[in-house]
Amino acid sequence: MADPISLKSIAELGALLEAKAISAVELAQAVIARTQAVEGRVHAFNSRDESGALAAAAASDARRAAGQARGPLDGIPVGLKDVIAAAGQPLTASSRMLANFVSPYDATVTARLKEAGAVLWGRLNCDEFAMGSSTENSAFGPTANPWDLARVPGGSSGGSAAALAAGEACATLGSDTGGSIRQPAALCGVVGLKPTYGLVSRYGLIAFASSLDQIGPFARTVEDAATVLGAIAGHDPLDSTSFHAEVPDYRAELKRRTGPWRLGIPKEYFGEGLDPAVGAAVEQAIAYYRAQGCEIKPVSLPHTPYCLDTYYIIATAEASSNLARFDGVRYGHRSKFATDAVDLYFKSRAEGFGAEVKRRIILGTYVLSSGYYDAYYLRAQKVRTLIRQDFLNAYREVDALLTPTSPVPAFKLGEKSDPLALYLCDIYTIGVNLAGLPAVSVPCGFTPGGLPIGLQLIGQPFQEANLLAIAQAYERGHDWVLRRPALD
Amino acid sequence: MNYEAVIGLEVHVQIRTRTKVFSRVAAGYGQPPNTLTDPVVLALPGTLPVMNKAALDAVIKAGLLLGCEIAPVCKWDRKNYFYPDSPKNYQISQYDQPICAGGSVEIELPGPARNVMGEHQRIPLTRIHLEEDVGKLNHFAADSLVDYNRAGTPLMEIVSEPALHSAEEAFAYLTSLRATMVYGGISDCDMEKGQLRCDANISIRPVGETKLGTKVELKNLNSISFVRDGIAHEIKRQLAVLERGGTLVQETRDYDGQTGTSQSLRSKEMAHDYRYFPDPDLMPVKVDETWKARLRGECPELPFDKQRRFADRYQLPYTLTSVLVWDRELADYFEATVQLTGREKAQAVANWIVNYFLRECGEKRLTAAALGVVITPAHAAELIQLVDSGQILSNAVATVSAGMFSTHEKPQAIAAREGLAGRTDAGELEQWCRDAIAANAKALAEFLAGKDSAINAFKGPVMKAAKGRADPKQVDATLRRLLAGQQTGR
Amino acid sequence: MASAPQLNIDHVAHLARLALSPEEKARYAQQLGDVLHHIEQLGKVDVTGVEPTAHAFPLVNVWAEDTPRPGLTAEAALRNAPAQRDHMVVVPKVVE
Ligand SMILES: [Mg+2]
Ligand SMILES: [Zn+2]
Repeated sequence: MADPISLKSIAELGALLEAKAISAVELAQAVIARTQAVEGRVHAFNSRDESGALAAAAASDARRAAGQARGPLDGIPVGLKDVIAAAGQPLTASSRMLANFVSPYDATVTARLKEAGAVLWGRLNCDEFAMGSSTENSAFGPTANPWDLARVPGGSSGGSAAALAAGEACATLGSDTGGSIRQPAALCGVVGLKPTYGLVSRYGLIAFASSLDQIGPFARTVEDAATVLGAIAGHDPLDSTSFHAEVPDYRAELKRRTGPWRLGIPKEYFGEGLDPAVGAAVEQAIAYYRAQGCEIKPVSLPHTPYCLDTYYIIATAEASSNLARFDGVRYGHRSKFATDAVDLYFKSRAEGFGAEVKRRIILGTYVLSSGYYDAYYLRAQKVRTLIRQDFLNAYREVDALLTPTSPVPAFKLGEKSDPLALYLCDIYTIGVNLAGLPAVSVPCGFTPGGLPIGLQLIGQPFQEANLLAIAQAYERGHDWVLRRPALD
Repeated sequence: MNYEAVIGLEVHVQIRTRTKVFSRVAAGYGQPPNTLTDPVVLALPGTLPVMNKAALDAVIKAGLLLGCEIAPVCKWDRKNYFYPDSPKNYQISQYDQPICAGGSVEIELPGPARNVMGEHQRIPLTRIHLEEDVGKLNHFAADSLVDYNRAGTPLMEIVSEPALHSAEEAFAYLTSLRATMVYGGISDCDMEKGQLRCDANISIRPVGETKLGTKVELKNLNSISFVRDGIAHEIKRQLAVLERGGTLVQETRDYDGQTGTSQSLRSKEMAHDYRYFPDPDLMPVKVDETWKARLRGECPELPFDKQRRFADRYQLPYTLTSVLVWDRELADYFEATVQLTGREKAQAVANWIVNYFLRECGEKRLTAAALGVVITPAHAAELIQLVDSGQILSNAVATVSAGMFSTHEKPQAIAAREGLAGRTDAGELEQWCRDAIAANAKALAEFLAGKDSAINAFKGPVMKAAKGRADPKQVDATLRRLLAGQQTGR
Repeated sequence: MASAPQLNIDHVAHLARLALSPEEKARYAQQLGDVLHHIEQLGKVDVTGVEPTAHAFPLVNVWAEDTPRPGLTAEAALRNAPAQRDHMVVVPKVVE
């Protein structure tokens, strides 16, 4: 059965647009229609701007008619996680705190997507302030996994992954602080790329943990991910942590870079807690690479057991400070019951933030408080050095590391209520953020119950072109990305 | 028991830049509320700071002027606290790695008399760092209004060692520090506009004791005089408490300059815990020798150094140097004029500047630089030379100067037009003197009766008739000669 | 490492400006106690002589020239303000 138009890849759609077989307006209408058909079950969006999308699509058609099409994204509907600012659009971070906030400015990635001709389509649901691994922490209700509506799509960028899997957008952006792109990509059976820290500007991304956050694409294929990355990557003077990295034509590089590669298998990523079906799928992926002539090397990242603690100290500490600005003064939720300015803070924040956000703010405030800084934050920053060093040591021998993305496939909504149990979902993804490395999750099979499984490939800093080529080498040998959830 | 006061000052100076310290929206004062903001200043979700190179330059320059060590590497920290004027609810500041450490401020204590130089001292500095200013709260009966125009203005915090011992020293310290900042083009330091703000930490201890006493922080000292008065008041208050047998408590007090009283601020619920940590949104600053050398090249001579040089090179008395050096533009004007007159006329130039030029600046509310465009150093030099060569008399200087200020003409042209050039001849002068004596019989009688000062009554009419061309000494001699004739003639 | 972490939930909630109900306090204290207990194991890592990592790819001297760009109008600046008057943000009375 042929895919509905909104489930085609950007590459296919680009060819259809180029051949004038479809128009951008028709494509936008198809995406809108598909969304109207499935969104009631999936709930991937916090808000949608249909007239804005249609107007942008009409502008794209006009450009194309005038021979001024801007490249592979011109006319392609792209959804944004609701933590990325777009001028004139709501920006909620899935929080009651920002329920009525409208951004007066564009994030750099938003401006770049507009520049590339993309049709910005909707604000995607996520865990509140990107804190979570299931999208259940959204103030506007959870998103369902299109492969099994009783299960979570992963998180925090669950809406971005689910919308793509359900055909409600042709590509989406998410943000990844500890796995928030890769884990939902794995759980929803799509490609998710977390770029090297500093490759994509964070300007306009609501900060969770500034030293770990990075924006990246969700796409149906590795090639599509390369296309979107090409549009958003590159130095930005508005982000002081942005790197002057070379931005090659990632799509063209995919064709040039053919391997074989040396792949490292970190033994610490295959231990206790790994779902057998996930483990088996990843073992088959390793076998596939070996069969393709890649050298497979066991490696060790000895500080892996400390990643989770290091991550939670650094991420919550930075978050406690980043989220201080949400005080009900200049914008955001303001309590009606405040007696004075100080009381306003206490009540507005208590009413505006959800439980997980409060929990992390408290933890972060505690680890930074007087007398604890050295023991927690400073120590975590030192352990971070060791964790990063582990990766750099491994890269002396290998081009990339291969691991499962998530230890478990999509779990049931409401299944994991203990915070610590949920934090363990991130054990394979957080080390990458601490080390600032690029990593991609690609679909690598299904559980016997039909849930998608993701394979994580971790690359060398700023070597996204290599990383994507390695991922595509796997993708080409399998048809996982062509499978669709049974939503119809 | 004898006590001594120990005072440390924390001075915040707004740096004069075109844009804010972490975003490129314009910085300024006196604009309509909330017209100097952007998403970064308002701390809208998703915004990020970017350092202002000019603000860094300014702090390094300040450090070089004050002899600080410039840190080879410094970084940014977040100081976390909630307040409605602070958009992010943290202030980007520098905690354990400030840009500048050490250094000192040279001060001059009051001399035994106004025209005598006082003792000089160097007050050591602890550190100077860069941070961002907050917005402004306007309080009303039922609520407060916030204007974020000031938020994000670059602010330099200059912390002294607890090395000051009196209100006078604090006054001298601030005077010198302010002049240094203005000289360096770092800030206008207008305290009324909040461009310089001062908090004082004050304690007292028995003379000979080395441990510091209980420290009281005095806030809201919003003019240099209020700093002096506030500190004097606080020292007196502390002494009174101890002499009464009371004990001092560590607290923050608010000084009201209008009423000359202070009151304790209710301590903010709990002790401060700023949870400082390195700001992950900003990268460190590395200062190399090239950068320092460039800024060193922009450093002006400081007022006290200039004063020593003026005294030495131009042989000027303290009364003149102490007026000339505190305004960089005035000092420059002086030296530009002396360039043209020659060094031996320096004192005449200085006298003219202090007696005429400055008065005019004050009356016209013009800066020395602005007035220096109207009366160029060349015109001033010409005036001094006209007097020196006897082409006009010194008592015509006032009239010629006034003409220069109003018409901007060359002094020679004014003197000619006003008939002030040259001198009167002896015959003309003798006639004016005779007329003056004849017209004032009363004064004549008094003089003849032995009251010598009565002669002055004749001088005015003579000078008036001569329109400034008469030499006062010659007038006096002529009058005495004629009056002596009257005496013998009787 | 701080010995046996004692999370004073009242103090921390105060610093964080969060009004918590007694139930929330009890729940967070217990949950964060578990997390802190887990975090204790970081104390086992030997970090002698290890430099902290603030940024994975450190840069220095990232700045902009002092050239103004247009900002927001007062109207735009206050568009999201919960309360405003005379082009300023209204906050309840500030009690020192
Ligand atoms: Mg505030
Ligand atoms: Zn300060």
